[in-house]
Formats: sequence, C-alpha cells, structure tokens
Amino acid sequence: MKVADPTGSETPEGGGPVTRQPGRVAGWRVGVLASPAAPVFAALVAVFLIAWLVVELRGGTFLTVPNIVNMLQRSVALGIVSAGQTVVILLGSLDLSVAQLISLTSLIGSTTMDGSSANVVPAVGLVLAVGAGVGLANGLIITKLRVNAFIATLGMALILKGLIDNQWDGPAGRVPDSFESLGYTRFGVIPVSVFLLIAVVLAIYLMLRYTRFGYRIYAVGGDEDVSKLSGLRTHRTIIAAHVVCSLTAAITGLFLASRLGSGTPTVGPDGGYDLESIAAVVLGGTALMGGRGGVLGTLGGVFILAVLDNTFNQLEVNSFLKDVVRGVIIIAAVAVYARRQGVRP
Amino acid sequence: MSAEQATADKGFESASGNLGRRLATSLLSTGTIFLLLFVLLAWIAVLNPSFLEPGPFLAYLKRAAPLVMLAAGAYFVLVSGNFDLSVGSLVTVVVVVSARLIDGDPSKTWPVIALVLAIGAAVGLFNGVVSTILRVPSFITTLGTLLMLEGAVFLWSGGAPTGALAENYREIGRKGIEGFPVLDELPWSVLLLVVVGVAAALLMRSDFGRQLIATGDNDRAARLSGVRVDQVRILAFVLSGVLAAVAGILLGGFAGVSAQVGQGLEFDAITAAVLGGVVLGGGRGSVVAAMAGALTLEALFTWLNLQGISGALEDTVQGVIIIAAVAFAAYRLRGAR
Repeated sequence: MKVADPTGSETPEGGGPVTRQPGRVAGWRVGVLASPAAPVFAALVAVFLIAWLVVELRGGTFLTVPNIVNMLQRSVALGIVSAGQTVVILLGSLDLSVAQLISLTSLIGSTTMDGSSANVVPAVGLVLAVGAGVGLANGLIITKLRVNAFIATLGMALILKGLIDNQWDGPAGRVPDSFESLGYTRFGVIPVSVFLLIAVVLAIYLMLRYTRFGYRIYAVGGDEDVSKLSGLRTHRTIIAAHVVCSLTAAITGLFLASRLGSGTPTVGPDGGYDLESIAAVVLGGTALMGGRGGVLGTLGGVFILAVLDNTFNQLEVNSFLKDVVRGVIIIAAVAVYARRQGVRP
Repeated sequence: MSAEQATADKGFESASGNLGRRLATSLLSTGTIFLLLFVLLAWIAVLNPSFLEPGPFLAYLKRAAPLVMLAAGAYFVLVSGNFDLSVGSLVTVVVVVSARLIDGDPSKTWPVIALVLAIGAAVGLFNGVVSTILRVPSFITTLGTLLMLEGAVFLWSGGAPTGALAENYREIGRKGIEGFPVLDELPWSVLLLVVVGVAAALLMRSDFGRQLIATGDNDRAARLSGVRVDQVRILAFVLSGVLAAVAGILLGGFAGVSAQVGQGLEFDAITAAVLGGVVLGGGRGSVVAAMAGALTLEALFTWLNLQGISGALEDTVQGVIIIAAVAFAAYRLRGAR
C-alpha cells in the first residue's frame, strides 16, 4: 500500500512512489525525478521561463532581484497556511476555517499587543493558543462527533465569522514597531518573512519525513480503516494534524497583522486563503483524497501562483481576466497530474 | 473517512433487504431532518402565531425556493460522489447576464431565460466532462469554474452589474397565480418548487436515479455491472447547473441585481443537502430529504431573526446548529446499525 512510503519528496535512492507499478516507471524517472514534487517544480520552471519571456517582450523587468524578492514576499502568507493545509489534506481531511481563523488571530494579536513591545510575547502565546484551540475543536468534531471534515470546518468558519463580526467592525489594535519589523526587515536582500516561510515549511517537511506522527498521517490518509486495524490511534493523528493546520493559520494571522500594522476582520476571506490554500496544495501534486504528496510540492504550487500573479500585474491584465486564467491553469495542471497517475487504485 | 465507508456499506446492505426493512432504514436515516423541520416550524409558529397562515407561510416557501433548487442540484452531484462549488457564481452569472441582456425590455425575457438555462447546462457539462474524462477531482474542477465564471462575468460587464430586469422576468420570483382558492395567490416559485420536487423524486426512482446512487456508492462495482458511470456523473453536473440557473432566475426577481447575489450559496446548498442526511462521498441520501434540508436551513434563518439574535452572532449560531445537526445524524446512523 501507499502507506509504506511517505517519502513525499527527494529520495536519492528511492525507486519512485510505491503506488506506481514498478514496470511502469520509465528508466529516467528515478532519484529526484521520481519524487512527486518533481513535476511541480518542472511546471514552476516552465511557468517562470514563459513569464520571463512574456514580460521581457512587453518591455517589463522580470528577472531582477527586487522583483524576485517581491514574488517571494507575496508567497509568505499563502505559503505558511498552505503548508498546514497540506498536512490535513494528506490525512484525507481538509480545513475550510483557515481564512476566518487568520482574520481572528490577526485581530487578537494586534489588540493584545496594543502598540506596546512588552505585550508581543503574551500576544503571540495567546494567538497560538487560540489557533491550537480551534484546531483541537475541529479535530474533536471530526473524530468524536463523526462530522464530515467539510461540514465541520465550514461550520467552524461560520462560528468564527460570527464571533469576529460581533466583536469588531473594522481594523483594530496596533502592533508595535518592533513587531511590524517582521513584515519589513531584510537580511541583505531577503526579507525576514521569507525565513519565517522557510522555517514553517522545513518544520512540516521534517515532521512528515522523519517523525512517527508524519508516517501516521500518510497511513491514515492512505486508508483510515486499515490504519485503525493496524493499531494506529487514528483519532489522535487526525486531531493533532488539525492542530498543526490551525497553528499555521494563526502564524499567518500574526504575519499579516505585522505586515498591515493592525488586525482586520476581512483579511482572511479577502485573500481567499481557504480555497486558495487548497488549490495551492493540489497544484503541488498532493492528492485531495489523501495519502500521497508532500509539503515541498505545495511550496512549488504557491510559487507558481505567485509567479502568475506577478506576471499578470506586470502586464496590467484586468483583474477579472486574472481570475479566469487562474481557474483555467488550476484545472489544466490537475488534469495533467491525473493523466500521469494513470488509473486510480 | 471511515464513517463514510461504514455508512456506504450499510446503504448497500439495506438496498438488498426487503421492502419493509428498506422503508424502516430510510425513515431512520432521513427522518431526523423532517423532525428538525417540524420542530423549527412549530417553534416559529409559537413565536409568531401568524406564521402558519397561508400568506406568511407562502412567503417563507418563496424565500426558500432558490435554496431548495440548489439543494436538489447539490444532491445529484453529491450522491454521485462529487462536489459542485460553482453554483454560487453560476447564480451570479445568471442574474448579471440577464440584467445586461434584457435591460428592461420585456420582449427579451423568454429568449434570455432560454439562454441562461443553456449557460447552466453548458457549465454543468464542462464540470462533468473535466471531472470524469479528464479525471480532475470535482472539488478542484468546480473551484476553477467558480474563478472562471466570476472573472468572466465581470470582465464582460465591466466590473459592476449593469442593465435591469424586465418586469415579467421579475414576476417569476415575486408574483404568482392570482385568485387561487384558499391561498389568494399561488407564487410561481412555490409552484416551481413543487414541480422540481416531484420531478426529482421521480427521477431518483428511475433507472438513472438508481445508477446515480450505485455510482456514488461504489463506482467500480457500478461500472462492472454495466452502468455508464461517466455519463451518469456528467448528467448529474448538468442537472446541478440547470437547477442553479433556475435558482438564479428566481433570485434575480426576488432579490434584485447585485454582484453578491450568489455569494456563499454553494456552501449553503451543500450544507442543506448534508443536513438532509446526504453523505459527502456519495451513495447515500434522498433528494426529498435534501430539499427538506434547504427548507430547514431557511426556517433556521427565520427562527434566528425572530429570536432577535444580532446579525453578527447569527453566523455563529448557524455554525453550531449545523455541526450539531450533522453530528446528531451521525449518532443516529450509528445507533440504527
């Protein structure tokens, strides 16, 4: 079963994902090329080259350090929350409540800080606790009450939205300058926020690749009943994965608060982080049914979306046309993956 | 998702049992929603005794009609094992396109209605073909369609809805047959609701309906027993698209032209169907219960209004109730095993 090989990404000696019949793996498709993330990065390179060509032909500038850094920086928020979304999707679940949670945590963070540097640590602690609490609630509703993840997290999104609208009707709180620097300071040319993205993705990558918890996520995503019969405590795994996902949403909320200087009730839904993060994960080659994929592919998916966004902005494409093209690209990309995977087991 | 697996197994078992047992199981699994609907309506009637008089009650049905259409559409897609997230934006497309093309000219109403129904069918066909033949998960297909439709309609209309609906177009959502005995006026939307309800129930009793459920339950087994799985699924998407177009026509007349008219309706429709006992993942649930789920959701909105719960907390209460109702249904299912 696919359970056995959670090596989502680069496996120097691996012979390709176990789901594929050994005979069907082409000779050159070994090593790094055999990893599920490889086609995603190939697509990223292709999109990047095309974007470069198109923008340069139209007289724009694409391959400059500021522009690349700009693209990286705009990937941070979506990248962090998509990394968490990857974990629950690998598990065969999903989380539609992240957008509202991002709004809520940005508000809680900024109002708790209230412009004073001394409050930063308690505020971060409080926000992470709220994130963990929401994730715990999601996980418990899904496992103990046996509510489908789609409905459970959709219901949670409504609950959070109501709480936000009841409490706040506009931007609130103020983050101190020291915290705002998270959004703007740079090491050399690289913004600090990019390191935050790298740290989150790396942590989740290591967790999926080297911990028991990570292996269990792939096992439950592959087949929950088989995992349970093999002695896994599937409920604990599902709950913990939802806590991880909500924590990344909380971190995204904090990051957006530092970027905007205050919390905003609509920052999450306006960014479309719920559906957009799922799109990024699937664009990154992770199967929506769970059990197959990895966080590096997701990062590739996020970068593809960022490159597209940047190109459209440079070409001054109508924002509505942008949506149309994005929709086409998401469907086309996933159609190509589906073709590669052959008949589903 | 073991719960789904388990319930799917159960559905298969009961289908092979005798009629009496089948009736008993279907009542056990779908009875919850009718109980909930009854309790909510009774509660509303206690809070507002005039609610059960023909006028206010028909007004409630009229309000609920678009969501009932969408829930029926969502049912066909869900029970075949797919999702349709594009219906909300399709409703917006229908309203905006109608307003711009009609622009207040009553003679254009019927051609435009034919056109938007065709658009609905075409969008459904696209969703279906991409999800089955190109094997893209329907969640992603319809998410892409959602982006495309929203982008396309505003690209075409230049960012904001323009034009106006003709009076005879609006009457479909607002007016009805005058001088109807007992009721004074039978709204067109209520009539349409009954017609769609009966048609959907009959459809699910036909070969197509049984093939649809078999496909959602276990598409491999269905294919091996000779069901054209892809065709059945595509047809389910087309039905969903057409019903969304009908809902858009009703909403255009009822609520007027705006860019937000369809926002979030896809989630409302899925929620209504799930409230009615439809299992995400397919193969289980009845279309009548899904439509009752939509009526319940609308009754819930009415109840929240009457309770005087402030607009903001309304969402919270709605979220809690939806989770609780689905959890209760899951509990009942386990109990009935």
